[in-house]
Amino acid sequence: MSDRISVAKTYKLYIGGAFPRSESGRSYPVTDAKGAFLANAAQGSRKDARDAVAAARKAFPGWSGATAYNRGQVLYRVAEVLEGRREQFTAEVAAAEGVAVKKAQSLVDAAIDRWVWYAGWTDKVAPVLGGANPVAGPYFSFSVPEPTGVVAVLAPQQSSLLGLVSVVAPVIATGNTAVVVSSQDRPLPAVTLSEVLATSDLPGGVVNVLTGRTAEIAPWLASHADVNALDPTGAPESTRADLERAAAGTVKRVLRVRAGEDFTREPDLARLRAFVETKTVWHPMGV
Amino acid sequence: MTMWEYAPAPESRDIANLKPTYRMFVDGQFVEGGGEPLKTVNPATEEVLAEVSTATAADVDRAVKAARRAYDRVWGRMPGAERAKYIFRIARLVQERARELAVLESLDNGKPIRESRDVDVPTAAAHFFYHAGWADKLGHAGLGPDPRPLGVAGQVIPWNFPLLMAAWKIAPALACGNTVVLKPAETTPLTALVLAEIIQQADLPPGVVNVLPGAGDVGAAVVSHPDVDKVAFTGSTDVGKTIQRQLAGTGRKLTLELGGKAANIVFDDAPLDQAVEGIVNGIFFNQGHVCCAGSRLLVQESVADELLEKLRVRVSALRVGDPLDKNTDVGAINSREQLVKIQELASSGEAEGAERWTSSCPLPDKGFFFAPTVFSNVSQAMRIAREEIFGPVLSVLTFRTPDEAVAKANNTPYGLSAGIWTEKGSRILWAAQKMRAGVVWANTFNRFDPTAPFGGYQESGFGREGGRTGLEAYLDV
Repeated sequence: MSDRISVAKTYKLYIGGAFPRSESGRSYPVTDAKGAFLANAAQGSRKDARDAVAAARKAFPGWSGATAYNRGQVLYRVAEVLEGRREQFTAEVAAAEGVAVKKAQSLVDAAIDRWVWYAGWTDKVAPVLGGANPVAGPYFSFSVPEPTGVVAVLAPQQSSLLGLVSVVAPVIATGNTAVVVSSQDRPLPAVTLSEVLATSDLPGGVVNVLTGRTAEIAPWLASHADVNALDPTGAPESTRADLERAAAGTVKRVLRVRAGEDFTREPDLARLRAFVETKTVWHPMGV
Repeated sequence: MTMWEYAPAPESRDIANLKPTYRMFVDGQFVEGGGEPLKTVNPATEEVLAEVSTATAADVDRAVKAARRAYDRVWGRMPGAERAKYIFRIARLVQERARELAVLESLDNGKPIRESRDVDVPTAAAHFFYHAGWADKLGHAGLGPDPRPLGVAGQVIPWNFPLLMAAWKIAPALACGNTVVLKPAETTPLTALVLAEIIQQADLPPGVVNVLPGAGDVGAAVVSHPDVDKVAFTGSTDVGKTIQRQLAGTGRKLTLELGGKAANIVFDDAPLDQAVEGIVNGIFFNQGHVCCAGSRLLVQESVADELLEKLRVRVSALRVGDPLDKNTDVGAINSREQLVKIQELASSGEAEGAERWTSSCPLPDKGFFFAPTVFSNVSQAMRIAREEIFGPVLSVLTFRTPDEAVAKANNTPYGLSAGIWTEKGSRILWAAQKMRAGVVWANTFNRFDPTAPFGGYQESGFGREGGRTGLEAYLDV
């Protein structure tokens, strides 16, 4: 009896809830840490990035308008679905990052737990970051955090799954929608995560995942007038200044990157705070 | 309608203690700057008020070095409770010299004494008072257990609220343990320099606060100085973008408070007389030199004629003139340059087909004045509906449904403020939630308080000033 031939997977982009190939028709070979061929990933283009922004903008009113409770449920659902595919992610992370299975397992577990952590934050951000303002006068004044809008996320290059989850989950937990450029050399866990997102009640367009060359796609996102904020974590160091300059054209919020951020550590509120606006509402009081 | 004649009620200009020359404040001393001295002018009379020394790049460097020394040796390591006492002292000294500051502000800026006396100066004191209390409580601000200061803050402020903006910038910076190099606006340096005197009276360690008058080049030197750790800018969106570009890749923390084109939405069930007061306050307060001014009035079509009629009657009663007269409602435009800009944009409104109505109030013969002006039949595409005018010019648009009001209100790259007028509470909350703006005033307008975070969405800038949220800008978190 001959050995069974495995069914090789085709990895595509994730835009607006669908899995298209790059409109450019391009793909690029992805190898494991030792250089062995794993798959051809879609090489996203400027047009793909623009389509992803359009999808993210379209999804924004619904997602930002959903109740915090609902968003928490969806984020938790992502953890549930991810848990069910633990073995697959372990294998992909091990191949992508060249780590032992045991290490990969712990990274996947941490990624699952991170979704749970942020799921619990969705309905706590408003009371923790907002509040009533005791103004001197007969007014009721309160401040609430609101999502900034469409956030372009350049995912970390090294940490293919845990790093990715650590930068995407806080963005959508607060009601933003995201266009994510995955790790350039380790993109496959991101595509598989997209399959999890697509089956986790997350509305299409809330997270859009592009694979390809970060340095090629990032400038278009940084200068795009309909992108409100940029997380440049995964940008090559040498391009960061250019991206920030491009972002200034529309006064985008740009996350301050912490050098050598360790994604295995429990996060703080910095990434939740980075992509919220504070809205202060005033009303006179009297009878 | 006959107007009652008011007897003039002038405030005494002697109270301002105006000096012929003012010098910059560096390392605890008032010193001569290396730059060409500037003459600051009373915009209501065009007379020169004083000569003010200005900084050169070398002076900026000296001030930053002084601020760095003060940060490293004294202020950055001082216990919060001690910093607090210094800041409380400043608050008290501002209150003690309130009348002097108000008169000086009206002389230098042109704003009515009623506003400098009742709004600018008390609110400036309140900002010091509020932030003083935070200095030893930063661990409770929700930004981590022991948030650290950033270091030297470079701050550039505009001419529309010269003292108040200085307080907004300096108070939180000091409370969080940073030291400061502040550049006041070219046309309004005086109250910031008197504030420096107050800081000297409060016996702050030398170098903790430095004030460098000058033009845009001095501001550029401050924000781009390599040893400045944090930059805070309030001013135009164009300059804000330039600063963001300059700081790109440096990792330095930046907050921007930029322009706006706020919508003030009046629904058909609004209390119209109250709304008229709010609209007037929204656009004619401080001659409309307010980044969050309610410069686009959106009125529900069914009440538009009635509201416009009431509005014109009310605006006709505004008294334009001597800023030092306590009866004056609208003072002088801050500079000739600004007056020309306002005139140019108002002309564009006429050229593009909007209907112009200007108050027939008398204007003084001298000085820079612009009569309150209301444009109706304005469309969203016109420049007067899109560009910040920064003057007493209101553009009136109409809408039919609440959804249309929201869509029109949000149809701007800015997002600083918005107004909502309706008796229906549920509609207020609905509309407030839909506004993409940092401050939403419902049935009121132009309210400020140090406990209430203030700042914009989109091209109105990022970061907040005031409240717990505002501390983030000055802490390494």
